[in-house]
Amino acid sequence: MSRAAQESSSQGDREAILARIGEALREEAPRHYETPEKPASKGVTAPFREWLPPVGKTRKDQVALFARQSETLRTEFRECTSVLAAAKHLTALAKELEWKTVALHTGELTTAVAGKLPKDLGTLMVDGGYEKAALEACDASLTECEAIIAQTGSVCVTARSSGGRALSVLPPHHVVIARKAQLVPDLSAAFELLAQKYPGDYPGFISFITGPSRTGDIERILVLGAHGPKKLTVLLVP
Amino acid sequence: MSTAAQFQIDADRTTADEPRRAAVRKALGNYQIARGRTESAFASWPHARDAAAAIKYEGVNHLDRYLREFEEKFTARGGRVFWASNGAQARDYILRLARERGVKSIVKSKAMTSEEIHLNDALEKDGYQVVESDLGEFIQQLKHEAPYHFVFPCMHLKREEISALFQQELGSAKTDSPEELTMIARRALRRHYLDAGMGITGGNFIVAETGMISITENEGNARLATALPRIHVALVGIEKIVPRLADLALLLPMLATAGTGQQLTCYNSMYGGPRQPGDIDGPEEFHVVLLDNHRTRLLADAEQRDALHCIRCGACLNVCPIFKNIGGHAYGTTYQGPIGSVITPHFRGLQDWKHLSGASSLCGACTEACPVKIDIHHHLLQNRRNAVAEKKVWWERWLWAGFRQLMKRPWAYQIAVRLAPIGQVFHHLVLGTSLDPVRPWTKTRDFPEAAPQSFHDWWRDRKVVRK
Repeated sequence: MSRAAQESSSQGDREAILARIGEALREEAPRHYETPEKPASKGVTAPFREWLPPVGKTRKDQVALFARQSETLRTEFRECTSVLAAAKHLTALAKELEWKTVALHTGELTTAVAGKLPKDLGTLMVDGGYEKAALEACDASLTECEAIIAQTGSVCVTARSSGGRALSVLPPHHVVIARKAQLVPDLSAAFELLAQKYPGDYPGFISFITGPSRTGDIERILVLGAHGPKKLTVLLVP
Repeated sequence: MSTAAQFQIDADRTTADEPRRAAVRKALGNYQIARGRTESAFASWPHARDAAAAIKYEGVNHLDRYLREFEEKFTARGGRVFWASNGAQARDYILRLARERGVKSIVKSKAMTSEEIHLNDALEKDGYQVVESDLGEFIQQLKHEAPYHFVFPCMHLKREEISALFQQELGSAKTDSPEELTMIARRALRRHYLDAGMGITGGNFIVAETGMISITENEGNARLATALPRIHVALVGIEKIVPRLADLALLLPMLATAGTGQQLTCYNSMYGGPRQPGDIDGPEEFHVVLLDNHRTRLLADAEQRDALHCIRCGACLNVCPIFKNIGGHAYGTTYQGPIGSVITPHFRGLQDWKHLSGASSLCGACTEACPVKIDIHHHLLQNRRNAVAEKKVWWERWLWAGFRQLMKRPWAYQIAVRLAPIGQVFHHLVLGTSLDPVRPWTKTRDFPEAAPQSFHDWWRDRKVVRK
């Protein structure tokens, strides 16, 4: 096969599809909507804010909103006075839920908390790679995040900030530790933050986690822990 | 049997299943309540709809430009893009990939595109173990049945039926608790995520600006299927394009609100390539299959092009009086409900699927529920018009020609009016038998009695009195 033919077979029907699209778009389609007052084309400067649910003006309002949303979503949310207090809460959780092993990644907050956990609690560091079965067998995972979002009660994780892709979804209890300064009002603000932090070089994986895993597939009755974590804990430190 | 005749039979049968209809109605009633609550929290839902429609208009009407941009950004980060004109090309590509990489088992998260091209059948025929991981799809796969609703695949099943299915297929204990049933599925699926060599997903949005595929889900199964297997394949319709990453700040909450009544679905994840240098985990390969499969045919119909704005939230099904009564399976299509009735004739042939456009009360509830303002019920009317223009029905033409002759001649009309009560006497003799000329009508409805006095006669008598 010639190089050109190889190229085209690996790309499939690229040229034919693009040609059909070009041909189809020659006639202009009617618009069934009013042009919004502030067009969406303004870029990442949060143009949708005025139409989405209000989030409150002050940081205190937004923390309170995040707490309310967490309650609705059945996320355990706790404001801790210090990293030490967060570690204490985690120790209590580990004891109550009889955890044997916690998986985590290296990070400013995760490492600080891990150092204060009881010695008999096993840890699995995922940084250098991990056995899938070993991670699956862990009782909980501890990660950092990019941001927490007041409007929706979400946690934004990425492959770079939160120990890869599987750590925050495979073990049955996901614990997130975040700084209060990481709270942003809404999704628009989170996208803005990502654009500033990773200009032109986004992480390969970004996820907005909104509560523990859930399903309503059986008679539309809510069940937590379908395939991902059954529990989600968010610890906020100063 | 023609598709239209099959539809008649299936719709008759499912409409007669009253307990099932009651269960579906109850589930959809709960949806309405949840959606109403979430929608009313928006500062302005109408403006949000306009903005969402504008985003999708921009994307779909510059589809070639944005697909090229996506491809460039995505491949720069190590992803591979395959363009498939039809289902066969997409299936062949995925089959070849699985064969060349020595894949044995495949875990899938929900993808309607895969239903559309019958991917599972093709993979299973070639000897691969394919496991659906979304709970609803998993249940439907065990049942060997197509999804009932493209967002809630098994909304028509009662817990007893699911328990019986699990007992039979998985050997689990009998239970009537949805939670226990979910946990049975969770345990059954866990090892598949760890063992699978390939994860296949769909995609809710293709982000041109950053070269990402965005996937919305509640269960975490798509996250597991994209984190653990060595290869990730996303099979996505070309129309899923959005120009900018930040557009999702609006579209994700709207998809959740219209889809399930949630403020935000549990996991909204954006995948911008395979495992990147320095990453801890993730697939070694990430292939995106861009599927046309007649979408460009719909694109060429400027009048109905906005049907490609669809974000597959399923809201139009949830509010549709026809869907509530005939249910999802009667449609016989991959995409059920009003949006399915609009797009299926474009995908699979107007003459074979025009009957779906007739299965509508044209009440417009679908159009009103749509978060991206697709003019759904008018498109159903346009399909009816196009079907007749393309292929005239001989007896309809004769009927209208006769009607025209009659209405042009007052004397002929007068005779017909006087004959009607007499004709009706004879009609009563054949009513309900195969000789009845209006049998399709009288099968389910009463035929109106001719009035004892015509309007003309009444008018004339009235004038006599006034004199």
